[in-house]
Amino acid sequence: MILSKGNTAPGFSLSATPDQKISLADFKGRPVILAFYPADWSPVCGDQMALYNETLKYFGKFNAQLIGISVDSKWCHKAFTENRNLHFPLLADFQPKGAVSALYGAYDETDGESERALFVIDEKGIIRWSYLSPDEINPGADGILEALEELSESK
Amino acid sequence: MSKLKPPVNSADHQEGNINADIILVEYGDFQCPYCGRAYPLIKRLLKERGKDIHFVFRNFHLSEIHAHALAAAIAAEAAGKQGKYWEMHDRIFENQDLLADDFLLSSAQLLGLDMKQFKMDSKSEELQTKIESDFDSGVRSGVNGTPSFFLNGAKLLTYDETYQSLYNAIQSESKKISH
Repeated sequence: MILSKGNTAPGFSLSATPDQKISLADFKGRPVILAFYPADWSPVCGDQMALYNETLKYFGKFNAQLIGISVDSKWCHKAFTENRNLHFPLLADFQPKGAVSALYGAYDETDGESERALFVIDEKGIIRWSYLSPDEINPGADGILEALEELSESK
Repeated sequence: MSKLKPPVNSADHQEGNINADIILVEYGDFQCPYCGRAYPLIKRLLKERGKDIHFVFRNFHLSEIHAHALAAAIAAEAAGKQGKYWEMHDRIFENQDLLADDFLLSSAQLLGLDMKQFKMDSKSEELQTKIESDFDSGVRSGVNGTPSFFLNGAKLLTYDETYQSLYNAIQSESKKISH
């Protein structure tokens, strides 16, 4: 079971690049979108991260930071980021493998990969929306945007 | 279940029978190879079932991975201003490997467009806005990649890159309607 609405988002600090770490706490005061996904290098045009890369400006309207997380290594993320021209960080839940994904209830022990799970976290670090998608289905961006809208209206 | 927002309207490029009960909408990217593969399937579908299908194409350009996708969308829209939208749309998908700025210009020439007008329209805010609003509507409707199809407003989940999957979806939709 993934963490649901109302839970405090567990903190973490993971490598974003070979020489940079990113913590959830870095974004306190802003909404954060966490997108756990199984692996880099899925097929091109239906790729979830490539889609979010195109919808960053929609997330930006809510001042929200998007973060992708998978168990791929920082070197793999670096190559994937360059190849797809991504403009948001991908974090490596690599060592110990899947630990942060597991904290969010989004780790698949059998496959040894993160599940395809989305979380929208508010300015105070509370989960306001979460969604678990079947592995093979890219959930799109509409659910995230609706959650961000709801969040901004509730203020 | 993802729903098409907004529904098909007069701003859309339409093919087939616009009075048909079955409305098929594609969100596509002119440079996307999967859309390139879907193109002949749609053509065949319109040839075989065109009187039963109202087909609409909306832009969903993934510019970060497809450098020419936006330029192609603009060229098609600009051709549309001169009544040649589908001619340009088809030409691009039929020659996807050649896609580049000079190809788009030579295509416009080949289609006999007024080049001065074409170039002017290509820079117009109106076209940019149209393309952006297509993309917006796609994001809102739950488009998660290209191509994404919507059949009578509902996202088509059974398309598997085969003609048969499209054909079957149309068949079951027409059965649903006739009951």
